[in-house]
Amino acid sequence: MSIDVRTKRGLFFTLRKDAWWLEPLFYICLFGGFVVYTTWAALNPYGPHGQHYYEWGPYLSPFFSPFFNPDWLHKLPALLATPAILILWAPGGFRGTCYYYRKAYYRSIFADPPGCAVGESCVKYQGETKFFLFQNLHRYFMYVALLFIAILSWDGIAAMIWPANGIAADNSAMAGPHRFGVGVGTLIMCLNAYLLGGYTLGCHAFRHLVGGGLDFLHVKKNNPIRFALWRVVTKLNERHMEWALVSMIWVGLTDLYIRLCAMGVIHDLRIF
Amino acid sequence: MSKVHMRVYRGNSEGGQLKDYDVDVEEGMVVLDVIHKIQATQSSDLACRWNCKAGKCGSCSAEVNGKPRLMCMTRMNTFQAGETVTVTPMKTFPLLKDLATDVSWNYEVNKRIPPFTPREGADWHWEQEDADRVQEFRKCIECFLCQNTCHVLRDHDQMGQFAGPRFFVRIASLEMHPLDGLDRTEILKNEHGLGFCNITKCCTEVCPEDIHITDNAIIPLKERVVDKYYDPLRLLWHKVFGK
Ligand code: SF4
Ligand code: SF4
Ligand code: FES
Ligand code: FES
Repeated sequence: MSIDVRTKRGLFFTLRKDAWWLEPLFYICLFGGFVVYTTWAALNPYGPHGQHYYEWGPYLSPFFSPFFNPDWLHKLPALLATPAILILWAPGGFRGTCYYYRKAYYRSIFADPPGCAVGESCVKYQGETKFFLFQNLHRYFMYVALLFIAILSWDGIAAMIWPANGIAADNSAMAGPHRFGVGVGTLIMCLNAYLLGGYTLGCHAFRHLVGGGLDFLHVKKNNPIRFALWRVVTKLNERHMEWALVSMIWVGLTDLYIRLCAMGVIHDLRIF
Repeated sequence: MSKVHMRVYRGNSEGGQLKDYDVDVEEGMVVLDVIHKIQATQSSDLACRWNCKAGKCGSCSAEVNGKPRLMCMTRMNTFQAGETVTVTPMKTFPLLKDLATDVSWNYEVNKRIPPFTPREGADWHWEQEDADRVQEFRKCIECFLCQNTCHVLRDHDQMGQFAGPRFFVRIASLEMHPLDGLDRTEILKNEHGLGFCNITKCCTEVCPEDIHITDNAIIPLKERVVDKYYDPLRLLWHKVFGK
């Protein structure tokens, strides 16, 4: 006897014929690749001769910015003694609790659901009512992420201030006078701050904060600024997924570019 | 004119299976036309629900090749020549017969939502900008495709404690209404189970009215629930200053 497709359930059961599995597969590869690279980069801040792989002259990797390197950090087990662990909890927590990323990893990693109208395993479901209640703290990570826009923008500006005496063997900027200059790395870092800004300012929690929490009434008269802000944030929010993905890929590439310069694998092109 | 091979679900609350039909399709036909043609020429007892054939009454919801869709808005020329087209009823609701399901549970949920209640002394003169945001939610045609697709209902059977996306849209239209004075945050959290939604957006993907259910209704409502129940600093403020 043939199965009753209407009542049949179970993980991945569907009558869909399109390649619905491509999307979760893409996210598993992308997020998996990003997490592996970020962890590796964070745990490898120094080269074999103590050179800094997180900076090259005026360039500072976003994984290590703002840069802190307190003495107590080096008392931790060697694996954890990296300045990146003082930083990465913030962007990691922000992205990890972002409404968009939640959608993407609930679907691709938890298969809950793996796709629309695609079956899933029937373990007891609690949604975001129990364990995942912590996702509601997203707005606190957002406050920190707003600070990071300023920090990374400053890094972009600092990447225009070159040491006149050149770059030391450990890749730090030599002491002494500075002068203005722009390299490819400067552009990469400025774009990184811009993309992070577009992503953060389109955040749902930020949208709620600036005006979404209001029931608009005579907005032009009562809350003109909040209404205008809400409109701008809503525009960014409509493309939140794109901002999230591009800014994530770009932050990884920014670290990679600076690291490759620091390793001497590539040479930064000075534009002026 | 070309021939298509259709597989249509036939059955009732006891069970059923897919039945094969070959149908001549003419230019401009939609899936609902093909179902009607089967009714007219091959199986006069094939049951389906429809009304407007214009994507506006929300009656003809079904699943076409496994995708929740309005049959009247699914054109036959979107399928490849020679492709088999499978039509099944909505999976989440009890089956009456063939493609017709019993969606009455939704109307029961609807009754549990406190209706529009004007603020005291409301100024009834308001502007288009004030209305824009809630107007999107008024486009809902109650096709219940979102309810059918939402995995909380479809796979996890949480009908007892989860209202579903269609009703979050309705609650959003009331909560964000400039002239409404009622606070539904508590029932949203406790009675209608907003927390069960894990914002995976399948409701948005299937909505034929292109209502941004998750981004514009559910997430803003979740943020309002966070304001009231899960924001530690706000709760502290509330405790200390009583507001
Ligand atoms: S976003 Fe929420 S309401 Fe919409 S389908 Fe997903 S779980 Fe259901
Ligand atoms: S919100 Fe969209 S999918 Fe849901 S019932 Fe209304 S029109 Fe249908
Ligand atoms: S919702 Fe994505 S960053 Fe806040
Ligand atoms: S028949 Fe009215 S929406 Fe399809």
